[in-house]
Amino acid sequence: MRTAPVSPYLSADVPSPTAQLSIRQVSKVFPGKKGMVQKLRGKTSPDFVAIQDINLEIEPNTFVSIIGPSGCGKSTLLNMIAGLSPISSGEILLNGHPITKPGPDRGMVFQNYALMPWMTVEENLRFAVETVDPKISKKKRDRIIKEYIQLVGLTGAEGKHPHELSGGMRQRVGIARALAIDPQILLMDEPFGALDALTRGFLQDEVERIWEQQRKTVIMITHSIEEALLLSDRIVMMTRGPAARIDEILDVPFPRPRNRETIDQHPAYHELKVEMESHLFRETRAVEAARVG
Amino acid sequence: MTVNNIKFKRGVFPLSQQTWWQSENAKSVGLFLLSLGLFLLVWEVGARSGWFVRGVPTATETLGELWWWLSNPFFRNGPNDLGIGWNLLISLRRVVIGYVAASLVAVPLGILIGISPVAFKAFNPYIQLLKPVSPLAWLPLGLYLLRDSENTGIFIIFISSIWPTLINTSFGVANVNQDYLDVADTLGASRLRTIFKVIIPAALPNIISGLRISMGIAWLVIVAAEMLLGTGLGYFIWNEWNNLSIPNILVAIFIIGLVGLVLDNLFAALEKFVAFGRNS
Repeated sequence: MRTAPVSPYLSADVPSPTAQLSIRQVSKVFPGKKGMVQKLRGKTSPDFVAIQDINLEIEPNTFVSIIGPSGCGKSTLLNMIAGLSPISSGEILLNGHPITKPGPDRGMVFQNYALMPWMTVEENLRFAVETVDPKISKKKRDRIIKEYIQLVGLTGAEGKHPHELSGGMRQRVGIARALAIDPQILLMDEPFGALDALTRGFLQDEVERIWEQQRKTVIMITHSIEEALLLSDRIVMMTRGPAARIDEILDVPFPRPRNRETIDQHPAYHELKVEMESHLFRETRAVEAARVG
Repeated sequence: MTVNNIKFKRGVFPLSQQTWWQSENAKSVGLFLLSLGLFLLVWEVGARSGWFVRGVPTATETLGELWWWLSNPFFRNGPNDLGIGWNLLISLRRVVIGYVAASLVAVPLGILIGISPVAFKAFNPYIQLLKPVSPLAWLPLGLYLLRDSENTGIFIIFISSIWPTLINTSFGVANVNQDYLDVADTLGASRLRTIFKVIIPAALPNIISGLRISMGIAWLVIVAAEMLLGTGLGYFIWNEWNNLSIPNILVAIFIIGLVGLVLDNLFAALEKFVAFGRNS
């Protein structure tokens, strides 16, 4: 196991009393194969440290993006926040309470939409709403479903099944489903990664608009620098794995509501962009070099 | 250049330039009818001019018999002389009873086995061992245990049509897309709700294809089993063989194939109905 002695709060946040979500000294280790059988067959493998000593404090109503080279453990971190993947060491606190399992206080938007193919748009939302609150009245339930379908601009498509929708429309359903349960935090795992460039831009604008209305805390994983700059208040840049850390956290000072046409006129835009690009290029180049070597 | 242009246009507008007899469907129907006609012709000429072994009926003779059996499906002149309709219903009844019983066991058991990796590993040896056994190998055992030919037929259908459904159901349940399970988990869905609202619907295409394979096997097996049991389509063939009535055997083969085709298509339609854009 690699546990290089890193100073506890290196290049990351100090604990904040007002934070909604606190990630403290969190590491993720995937255990290797070291059992008797593997030893006898000579097929042991060492533990794999995916991420190491992550510290991050997220204040309420902020939009945080996590960006980093492929395979750096961004999704692992998000899955730990979601409670889908156990935390190896350290703790993640939501409103001061440690996260141990998944729960409806965190809404998740998946890269592959993860809509149930046998349910219509409306049924997908109804499944979420009824799962979270089984005793909800029919009237309230239908009002919520209608409201969120309207919010993502899918009114009229309620009765359609996911395979009848475009990728962009499916992800709208994914976002509506995550928001319909009224979570405290919205977790998005490369939500636009599977979409073409035009649809992607269109949906980014939609998320910006929805965020202005809802102002929920959002943690989004992305590969796109422009996307992070358009949507985020803070951008967390992670180093390459194994044992990925937080390299730097950028504050994005652009006023809201933001507009993709005018955002690059802000004096800080290009400086931030260059900084992110050089970080990503450096890390990606190192990943490639490690793979060749 | 002009030639290229014309070719290009034809490529772009294939439908507008086609007359009805050029379409793919028309062509395939034409080829089907042509090959059928050729087959019947060779058969007729061959049987008449003694190309085959002695006693092979002509095509017209066989078609005549087919017409006779189809136009008098329900008559009853004693146990060895039943209309083909009665025999078909007898066979279908056995298949349905054995098959439904097998499905009622296989689907719930498959779900239980698929949900639990421990159960999957524990019960897999039984399934793997019993699956490749020929259904007819059970016949003596069935006769000994049940002492009744009717129940033995049903027992053989049961035992042979249980495996595909069981295997497909447990496979489908064990391999539900992790994303769907993650969705249920993040919403905090209970285990029961996840099973009934997510796992079973997600595995439904696999379950239906298991049921479809089982139905195919049940229909294959009943004919063979009935040859040894009495009554039903299988016995009809055996009886006609004893009468050395080759046309009647051919008629029965045709009807067995036709019914199998209809049954299979029913399940194909059901598969399509639960697929919702998925391929499996």
